[in-house]
Formats: sequence, structure tokens, C-alpha cells
Amino acid sequence: MSFALLLIALVLLGSAAAAMLSRNLIHSALLLTGAWAGIAAFYLWAGAEFVAFAQVLVYVGAVSMVVLFAVLLTRQGATAAPVEFDSYKRVVGSIITAGGVGGVLLGAIFGTPLDVPAAPSPAALTVRQLGLQLMGPYAAALLIVGVILTVALLGAIVIAAVDKPEDPAP
Amino acid sequence: MSVVATDSFLERAPLLFRDWIVGHFPVALQWLVHHLLTITAILTVFGLFFAFTTIAERKLLARLQNRLGPNRSGLPWFRTLKLWGLTQPFADAIKAITKEDIVPAVADQVLHFLAPVVIVAFSLLGFAVLPFGRYLIPVELDAAILYFFAAGTATELAIFMAGWGSRNKYSLLAAMRALAQLISYELPLILSVVPVVLVTGTLSTRDIALAQGGWTWGVLPHWHVFTPWGFAGFLIFLVAALAESNRSPFDLPEAESELIAGHLTEYSGFKYALFFMAEYFGLTALSGLGITVFLGGWQAPCAFLEFIPSWLWFMGKLAGMIVFFIWIRGTLLRLRIDQLTRLAWQFLVPLALLNLGNAAFWALTSGWTGPLALARWAISAAIVIVPFFLLGRRLTAGYAPRTYRYAA
Amino acid sequence: MSMLQACLVLSSLLFCVGLAGALARSNTILVLLGIELMLNAANLNFIAFWRYGPHPGAGTGVIFVLFAIAVAAAEAAVGLALVIAVHRHRKSVRLQDANSLKG
Repeated sequence: MSFALLLIALVLLGSAAAAMLSRNLIHSALLLTGAWAGIAAFYLWAGAEFVAFAQVLVYVGAVSMVVLFAVLLTRQGATAAPVEFDSYKRVVGSIITAGGVGGVLLGAIFGTPLDVPAAPSPAALTVRQLGLQLMGPYAAALLIVGVILTVALLGAIVIAAVDKPEDPAP
Repeated sequence: MSVVATDSFLERAPLLFRDWIVGHFPVALQWLVHHLLTITAILTVFGLFFAFTTIAERKLLARLQNRLGPNRSGLPWFRTLKLWGLTQPFADAIKAITKEDIVPAVADQVLHFLAPVVIVAFSLLGFAVLPFGRYLIPVELDAAILYFFAAGTATELAIFMAGWGSRNKYSLLAAMRALAQLISYELPLILSVVPVVLVTGTLSTRDIALAQGGWTWGVLPHWHVFTPWGFAGFLIFLVAALAESNRSPFDLPEAESELIAGHLTEYSGFKYALFFMAEYFGLTALSGLGITVFLGGWQAPCAFLEFIPSWLWFMGKLAGMIVFFIWIRGTLLRLRIDQLTRLAWQFLVPLALLNLGNAAFWALTSGWTGPLALARWAISAAIVIVPFFLLGRRLTAGYAPRTYRYAA
Repeated sequence: MSMLQACLVLSSLLFCVGLAGALARSNTILVLLGIELMLNAANLNFIAFWRYGPHPGAGTGVIFVLFAIAVAAAEAAVGLALVIAVHRHRKSVRLQDANSLKG
């Protein structure tokens, strides 16, 4: 158990839990951005540089912005009213459910004989190798992801756009 | 990369100095000292660079507006020594530190405090992967370009934190503007660099700078800016870099005539100075990336000028870029928010995408020689220039030539 | 506890935090964020198995995570656009209020 992993886990779980508990939506979004950055730190720790930077670029740079925009565009009234929990019944129920799922997962992890040979630190995957793989065996998947992203972008614009006649050109 | 002894002494001087200092420490601590020295060097050099950028900006803007600018500050106890006001930034720093730090009572205390810290910390991260000289690169990363853009994303968050945490209408408006602007211009900024990655086939800043070495006939450098796609990419990069660093004419988030000072309204003293520091750091880092990617990095422009050490070339180009940005600030007017986003989405992004195809054409035809090389240049130039004029005409259609009714 | 197990425990804990958040909160944006957290927890697993699995040389885990990140970005964009659209019609971001298909 390395010290760095422990630190990353603490920051990650702490900010994620705080985000889910916070009564202030903006704080939630920013804390969650911290959690996403923590995940990127985990990727760095595991030696997946490219994924770590992509994670920061996509989540900290783009998704967090979209979330903040959504929060600001859907605010109720002028003041930042706290977002209360619905009912204690619901909170307790959700915690019991999550705890049950967590128990099953942990049981599976510790119950499975994971005697994989402790591989010596792998030869780091260079960006060039990654690119060749993406453009070679995974080219079709890359194309499909590109199409999905374009469709999602257009769909998001269509859904969120206000349907009123466009104001005359400036 | 190891130091080759055949290089001139000046080229190796920073490394020799570093090794000399590191040699004084026990072997177990040497890696730590090594990195700490690198960090100290970057902080010192770019801290001073920031200080003198502010004075250069004030003086140059003053000259552009036909006034003198700050020219009074000298040194205490040495009244006879006139320094043309060059010590002004240090006086400013002392003033900023000693000023009262006011935090609004209703502000979100945590976010209000965190915003300047985050913005300065993350604006410095970009420097880590810039090759300042042949051997002067703080961290050699395989995915350096990606790292650079990833490090830059946190500034948007910090501006939002400042704008929202201040609990001020002007600040919040500025934060919304900043978000819209930074999201819009992130795209052309990254897309303008992608062609270079495509042609050089690497994401490492060191290799991109190395790929631009060599000269035709000893005088024409092989910089990317001297190819059609590189030139177009450089122009798109310049515009997007201006917008990304909130510089005039894209300084909408802090438009003082509309929003007081935007997200800086509720900041005072040292925190205010920190925001400015981060803004200049961001601009400097982006300029450094532009130099590395398009302007040949630390390479000398002519073969016979190679005796000047590479890090001096880099800093010279950096100073040139900064002066260029100041010149633009003194010349152009601020845009409206709709004009700003329209410029990004309807003009820069399509052109950047076309330029990507252009670079692919360039990479595919690298074997063309003789008269075919001329055809290659012509086709590549046409791919950029024709859409530029067509798009430009379409977007400005309906705007009559400007008429001056009240001025002669 | 081996390193692989440690990583798996971390990712399942993160998954549980996301699940609890998505179930307990009624604000649509928070529910979406909880789902994003669960997705990220799954990505952690891919990287952990890539790093400590039998074939670390193959980039399959890394590439899968890259695709997952791209799809998650698309999901977030569409989801938040839906939140904004629902808010425009219902003036509310509570999930319980979005209970009819006719706007």
C-alpha cells in the first residue's frame, strides 16, 4: 500500500463525499471537479499519463464548465437557496442501498483469488504506441466515438436552444 | 538529453551552474535539489519577466497614446541615479502587499480566498514543459502539449470561483462572460496546434522544437510559421491566445467601462496583484508555446547567428511576442460578447479544421520536389486563403463600408 | 492487500459514494454528477487492471478509458441540456417534478 495512493484516495473520496453532501450546488460542482482532478492524479500515479491529461482536459476543463453553466441557468430566484435533502427516509434508504452494493463489491474483491503475477512496472505506453493502436485496430471505434460526439453536440444544442424567432442581425 | 561538450560555454552555462550547486549536496538529496533549483529558476526568471512586462506595457501603451508613462521611480537613497522609472514594478509590489485586504462580508469566504491561489498556481504549471533552450527543459513529457492545455484549464475555474465567490452582480456577469469566452476559444487554440502535431508526429515540445531546425541556404529557417498551414495556424493561435488570456481586444470579463473590473471588482491589495500576475504568466506561457510550436522554439533564425545561446533566442522571441501583444492592446477596440463568440464559432473553428486538412495534405505530399514543390505550396496556400476570403465575405455581408458622418 | 486490490477497493468506494449521492439527492444536476462519479469509478478499474494485469504492454485498458471519457462527456452535455430544457418548462430542477412526457 503506497503512501501516494492513500493520499489520492483520501482526497478523492473526501471531495466526492463532500460534493454529494453539500447543500450548495456550486460548492458541489467545484468539489466534484476536485474529485475529477483526484482521479486524474490516480491515473498519473498508475502511469497512464495520456489518460490523466485527457481526464483533466475533458472533466476539469469542459464538463465542469457545462455543469456550472447548468447550475447558473437553473437557479431559483436571486439568492443561492440551499438545496435541501428531500427526506430522511430517502437518505437512509440510499445509504443502505449504497452500503449493500459496496459490501457486495468488497466481498467480491476480497473473495476472489487475485494472484496475478505482480508485473514489474510496465514499459510505459508511449503516446506514439497509443496513437498507432487508436488509428489501427481501434480506428472504427474512434470514428464511431467521433460521430457520437458530433450527434451529442448537435442534440444538446437542439434541446437547450430557445425556440423563438432569431432576432435580426446586429 | 546530455550536454555535448562541443557546444559553446554560454550554451552550457546554466546547466554547469546547476550541476555545480547540486554537487555540493549529498547524493541522496541531489534529485530534490535538482528539481528545487529548476523551480526556483523558473519562478525567479518569470517573476522578473512579469515585473518588467508590466512596466514595458505601461510605457509602451503610454507611447502609443502620446504620453510618457511612469518615469519617476528610482532607488531610495540614490536620488541622483535616474532609472527611467524602471523600478516602478517593485514599488507597485510593495504597495500591493501593504494595502488592506478587504473581503466582502457576504462573499463566499473559501472560494474568494481560493480563486487567486488556484489561478497563480495553475498558470505557472504550463512553464514546466516549455523548452527554454537546447538543454533547458524543466520536464520532458511524452504528451507535453496535452499537459500544457490540461494545466491551463484550471484558470477558467478560478475566474469562475472569483466571480461567483464575490457575491457581486458585476463579478458574476464577468464570470459568465469568462466561461463563455474561454470555452469558445479553447477549441480554436487546440485545433491550431493540432496541425503541427500532425506534421511532426509528436506531442513532445522538445521534439517539435528540434523538428524546426535547419536552414535553406543558411538563411531561411524551417520554422512552421513559414509554411502556409503553419502561418494560418499561427494567426489562429494568436487570436485564440489573446482571448484565452483575457487580453484586449478580448478583455470582456474585466471590461472596466461595463463591469467595473469584472471578476476583480471585490479584490484588493495582494490578491488583486495575484490575478494580474496569473494573467501575465498565462500570456507568457502561451507565447512560449506559440514560439515552440510555430516560431522555431530556441532555434536561431540564420545559421551564422547560432553562436548566440539558444536560451537567449527563446527569451528574445518571447519579449517580441509580448511587445506584439501590447501593441495589439494599444490598437484594437474591445469586442461585444456576441461578436466574440461568433468570431470563434463561425470563423476560427471552421478555418482551423480546414487548416488541419491542409496540414494532412502537406504531410502526404512531403515527397514532392522540383516544380511539384511549387504546386504543393500553391495548393496549400489556396486551401487556407480561399476559405478565409469566402468566410470573411459571408460573415461581413451586409455591412456597408464605414461612413464618417461627423468627422472629416 | 495487494496494490490491485487497493485500487479496486478505492474504485468501489467511489462507486458507492456516487450511488448514494445519485439516490439521496433530488436535484437533477446532482443526480447526474453522481452518475458521472460512478462512471469514473468504473474507469479507475480499467486503469487498475491495465496496470496490474497480466498484459500491461497492451494499451487496451487505456484506450477503453479514453473512449469512456469521450462518451461520458457526450452524456454530460446532453444530460445538462435536458436539465435546462426541463427547467424552462417546469421551472424546477427536482426530479419528481419531471414526471410527465408532455411539456
